[in-house]
Amino acid sequence: MTTESQFETVDMMLNMGPQHPATHGVFRMVLKVDGEKVIDVIPHIGYLHRGTERLAEVETYGQVITLFDRVDYIANLNNELAFVRAGEQIMEVEAPERAQYIRVILAELNRVASHLLFIGTYAIDLGAMTPVMYGFRERERIQNLFEHVTGARMMHNYMRIGGVKADVPDDFVPWVRQLIGEVRKGVEECDKLLSTNEVFLGRTRGVGVIDGPTAISCGLTGPSLRGSGVAYDVRKDDPYEIYPYLNYKVPVGENGDCWDRYYLRMLECYESLSMIEQCLDQFPEGPIMAAGRRIARPPAGEVFSHSENPRGDLGVYLVSDGTDKPYRVKIRPPSFCNLVGLATMTRGSYIADAVAILGSLDIVLGEVDR
Amino acid sequence: MISGLKGMLVTLRWLGKKNITANYPKEHLPVQERFMGFPGLLWDETAEEPFCTGCMVCVRECPTQCMTAIMHDNPNAVEGKSHRRKIIETFEINLNRCILCGICVDVCNFDAIAMSHEHELASFARTGARADLGLLLDLGRKFQTEVSWAPKGADRNVASVVLAKRAAAEAAKAEEAAAEAPTEATPASEAPVAEKAEKQEGGES
Repeated sequence: MTTESQFETVDMMLNMGPQHPATHGVFRMVLKVDGEKVIDVIPHIGYLHRGTERLAEVETYGQVITLFDRVDYIANLNNELAFVRAGEQIMEVEAPERAQYIRVILAELNRVASHLLFIGTYAIDLGAMTPVMYGFRERERIQNLFEHVTGARMMHNYMRIGGVKADVPDDFVPWVRQLIGEVRKGVEECDKLLSTNEVFLGRTRGVGVIDGPTAISCGLTGPSLRGSGVAYDVRKDDPYEIYPYLNYKVPVGENGDCWDRYYLRMLECYESLSMIEQCLDQFPEGPIMAAGRRIARPPAGEVFSHSENPRGDLGVYLVSDGTDKPYRVKIRPPSFCNLVGLATMTRGSYIADAVAILGSLDIVLGEVDR
Repeated sequence: MISGLKGMLVTLRWLGKKNITANYPKEHLPVQERFMGFPGLLWDETAEEPFCTGCMVCVRECPTQCMTAIMHDNPNAVEGKSHRRKIIETFEINLNRCILCGICVDVCNFDAIAMSHEHELASFARTGARADLGLLLDLGRKFQTEVSWAPKGADRNVASVVLAKRAAAEAAKAEEAAAEAPTEATPASEAPVAEKAEKQEGGES
């Protein structure tokens, strides 16, 4: 006669994804669950692998920029900036001041657009349907400006090694000023709708807590790290472009929970908007391309350059063998590295919270899988 | 509770306002002037032929290898109507592969290709995404009339630079000729296109 106590207790494996809307793309995680509690998370990636790093070895420097547009397809201009900065370092050229201002304005606008998308989709992950409309409305406005400046709404191919492709249109400055006003209003609206909502707080406060030292040892960067109270921002700690000339704060969280990670992105939107305003105040005239050859053919050597993506520290390791094609392009994608912290954050929480935690990391699968 | 009401207030404020979305297939939002749609080939109004000479630089530089081009001798040049000795015979872009990056436009030495504003080219045919020379020229011409296109920067255009050099050489020649027979000096210095083409036949390079 067997009784229940004689059976071995086996943890259940629960598959989530890759076709799950809450995984923001094709990300699969296998949850080891005990009832409703998550004991472990095993992430499976690679569904969106496109071989970007290999492709970059067979394309010229100018063509690689189009690949970087597609690495993190929500913050395209930040990615372009990361690559052209690596290219500029290895070519030992510096973009003219005006080009740097244009780049920073566009990159910060793209950061706001990316965070707005995060806020909208994060709310939808947690069951709030309205904020995504508000987020997308403001993001559309920013994309309209991108279309006006770069000619494309998402895949811009606008930055070049040593500058930008074309000067901004004449009505750029007034347009951006107007845009900032509208977007700031929209962000405030999202803020009012979501940040203090009790249901939202209940779903995010104290969920997915990770403390500072653990976050650092997991290799988290960007808002995911700053949510744990570590004020690490590449713009401050390893300044590039014109960031040293701008006055801004790096918002940090306190508890390292989902709400902190969410809310400091909201604060970053305000910071970015004020940074763009400062850029517009000091927007200089001048050339937009550094003098040099039209075709990039850097000397043999290697360089590592990193910059602050909306998701974290995006690094580009570039090796040149003296031809017009890179010998090796290694991308250090923030989303991929942030995923390392997923299991640590999720262990011990409920299945429903796993969605909230994954959402708060704001991964982009194009970047995770490259 | 209060926070819920606060949120509701934000939503209610938008209740009576106009939609900010467009009913897409019925309404088309306008595109910006720099918008990069599918590439089109531009038409030279003065010579009544495409700008494209089939030099293949865009074909080589395309990151997705979506183009093919073949050039041939320009019949108009033989007749003396054009300064282009070679001209495009066939040009095909596989629009399924095109990523609309605009690199072809950047590298073109003849201002022959431009990113048109066309972005709705769905087709029922299996080969519908293969844009041949006729379609590309149509796209280009539509774009030209839409934005009142003009060749950009004569100093950056290889073809115009070469033409300017030729014109200078012609003028110098004409001056020499003028020293012997003064009547011919005036038409050469004005250097209209047809005139240049005629002289090009005479062994200029």
